[in-house]
Amino acid sequence: MERREFIKRTGPAVALAAVTGTTGLVFHNRETTRRRTVLAKTADFEVPPDPAIPTLTSATNDDPVAALRAALDAIGGIGRFVHAGETVVVKPNVGWDRTPAQGANTHPALVSEMVRLCLGAGAARVTVADVSCNDPRRSFLRSGIKEAGEVAGARVVLPSPEDFVEVDLGGKVLTSWPVFRYFIETDRLINMPVVKQHSLTRCTVGLKNLYGILGGRRNRLHQEIDQSIVDLAAFVRPTLTVVDATRVLFRGGPQGGSLDDVSQENTVMCATDQVAADSRAAEFLGLSGHQVSHIALAAQSGLGSLDYRSLGYREVV
Amino acid sequence: MTIQTVRNLRRASQVVFFAVFLWLILKTTFEVDFSPADVSEIGLPYPVSLALQFDPLAALMTLLASGTLYKGLLWSLVILIPTIFIGRFFCGWVCPLGSLNHWLSAIRSERMARRGKRLLEANRYKKYQRIKYYILFFCLGAALLGSLQAGLLDPLPLLARSVGTALLPTLHTAALALASAGRDTGIGPLAAATQGLYDLLGATLLPFRQAHFHGVVVIGIFFVTILLLNRVFTRFWCRGICPLGALLGVFSRFAIFGLAKDDKECNACNRCLLSCQGADNPDVGSKWRQAECHLCLNCQAACPEGALKFKFFPNQPDSTTNPVGTSRVDVTRRKVMASLLGGVAVVPLFRSGNAFEVKRSPTLIRPPGSQPEDDFLGRCIRCGQCMRVCPNNALHPTLLESGLEGLWTPYLIAKVGYCEPTCTLCGQVCPTGAIAELALRQKVGDEDTPPVRIGTAFLDRGRCLPWAMATPCIVCEEWCPTSPKAIYLREETAVDRQGNEVTVSRPHVDPALCTGCGACEYACPVWDRKAIYITSVGESRSETNQILLERQRA
Repeated sequence: MERREFIKRTGPAVALAAVTGTTGLVFHNRETTRRRTVLAKTADFEVPPDPAIPTLTSATNDDPVAALRAALDAIGGIGRFVHAGETVVVKPNVGWDRTPAQGANTHPALVSEMVRLCLGAGAARVTVADVSCNDPRRSFLRSGIKEAGEVAGARVVLPSPEDFVEVDLGGKVLTSWPVFRYFIETDRLINMPVVKQHSLTRCTVGLKNLYGILGGRRNRLHQEIDQSIVDLAAFVRPTLTVVDATRVLFRGGPQGGSLDDVSQENTVMCATDQVAADSRAAEFLGLSGHQVSHIALAAQSGLGSLDYRSLGYREVV
Repeated sequence: MTIQTVRNLRRASQVVFFAVFLWLILKTTFEVDFSPADVSEIGLPYPVSLALQFDPLAALMTLLASGTLYKGLLWSLVILIPTIFIGRFFCGWVCPLGSLNHWLSAIRSERMARRGKRLLEANRYKKYQRIKYYILFFCLGAALLGSLQAGLLDPLPLLARSVGTALLPTLHTAALALASAGRDTGIGPLAAATQGLYDLLGATLLPFRQAHFHGVVVIGIFFVTILLLNRVFTRFWCRGICPLGALLGVFSRFAIFGLAKDDKECNACNRCLLSCQGADNPDVGSKWRQAECHLCLNCQAACPEGALKFKFFPNQPDSTTNPVGTSRVDVTRRKVMASLLGGVAVVPLFRSGNAFEVKRSPTLIRPPGSQPEDDFLGRCIRCGQCMRVCPNNALHPTLLESGLEGLWTPYLIAKVGYCEPTCTLCGQVCPTGAIAELALRQKVGDEDTPPVRIGTAFLDRGRCLPWAMATPCIVCEEWCPTSPKAIYLREETAVDRQGNEVTVSRPHVDPALCTGCGACEYACPVWDRKAIYITSVGESRSETNQILLERQRA
């Protein structure tokens, strides 16, 4: 056989062998796992502390909007928290397919007022978001929060699978976990929990409300619920916590259903100290912050103070 | 109006009805931007099952099997009564599956037209076209004994089921996978393009969330097979299988509209046969068959001599001397009787084997408001609308969970999705009343009426974290939606591996309060086989599938 002919006839086979071999080498991996992209990011949205201003204010009024305004004014007004051109995410509790009167979700009037205030302060965009437990379409609709947010001029986003990013939360039990990306892609975060009884944690307010930024199978977190709440609170620091205690679900929480389990308290609180807010709110359920283990653990971990009264707590009427 | 104009009208009609049908399926979902007037009682803004209510086969079969003509099924007379006078216009002008078969066959016919003789022979009447009548009579026999089998092959439910539970979810999975693969490449434009495609589909065809349906691969393969058969035989489904076409064929027995053939003008060019949809022998030399004709009018439009003409009171059909045509259905009385008896016999066969009153199926959890099982099987046409509309993806088509008799009827898999207590959408979209339409007050109950129950929750203490592993959990109690909660907690002492006594809250179920919604099962973190699960016992629709005495009282 001529050399030329040999090359001609073996050429295609050699080329295919080269491509095959190279492919094997390029993709060869001794690990059995595929690497996942993990986004490491802190989520600190706090404003600088001001010793002249209380860290927790509370206002009681039959009109929830008036109560919110009063409590917010006492803590420095919206201008302290939201500045012109910033993007804001408002995180109410929209966990359940329940109506406003049932007290399982944040009062829609508070959400719309908060959105208006942020826009009034010059916010570039206000987004209302939560990762609901029940179907988000039903939860946002029946809680009245979809309408409340949109009427006030916010963008209301419902969680869809492609909007979650894997985040390294850096906690003791909460390590890598999917987070609804709107909650980390923002300048300011306003946490708007509602006060409810919860059989495992005894009460759920602001710290527990932050669960709602997570996706994935978060039911597993119940096994280490106190530590996972504290891990999350250490990772995400809201600009402001607005506690809705206009109605308090004191029994049958966290989703309730019966109006017999709801008490009218007509109170709204604003806080720059999450732990103080939770500690004060627990009192609506006849508890003190010391008795609620995740709140106590958060205080121990240096996330805030249980004894809010010593820190210039202010009640306005 | 020329015949070409009329034929174009027919084409337009096919497109419009197909689009309307598809649009109604697409709207059978709870959309994000939907703002109902009354959020306490959510209803869909469109009558999404309307197209199914125009189905004469569904109407007749549910009438026979259940004894009533449910709600909007009266609309089916709008199809059936004109058919009596003019024939199977529905098949040629309206039926969305027929149109789909028509279009797919047309792709093939173009190619085959070069070998016209084979196509010509393929479009002559064939004996296999009788099969559809035997299927029809088999289904009629089963319906007489209260079992609705026609839904499996009825083109409207078949298309709704195939598109809603197989085609669209498959598209959704594919689009998501493509977008994810595009993102993973790290190439900006590719990622943007695949994401753009997903967003486009999301805005047009796909629902809010990806649905996953149990065992849907069988539905998908069945549907694709029907479509692919068009490559071998023009409209094989419509000509040979479709029981709705058969019903309309039978009802066109006394039609006063039909094909008039003029044998003096005909020069036997056979062009009429080339584009014939129904294989009803439009050519002059053979007998035209009224019951097979779809009234597509292709033959008249194709005839260069003007020998064929559709008109009222055509030449007297069915004369033995002149083979112009027949309005008779080509079946033998014996075989019709045999089919009917076969259908009658299959019901006791089904029910002797899978007797639901004897062999209770724990997993057969029917949607809320479902009729008792025998009546349910006499009404459900397996259109899959309830499965598609369910916001939690809780309803799935059965495979053998309700026996072969109940193939593709809906049942609830709580592991995938639970029944939302205040949601009544499945009953709203059910076209035949297999799932009764419930008011919210009826579903959740009040002082006078008990809530609708679909089953009862049970604990698997060998898998439950607080019971088996002395580990705190109680997610089930958190999710339990009744007031007061049917799942209650007890502080109990457990001993861990080291021998330490630890106090854990352990869940217990109060069956008197449980509605069987399955929220606990859905939320239980023991993902693969749940530590709390629902079974059908206690379901409101059954008088006998009960545990408690007191629960039966209001």
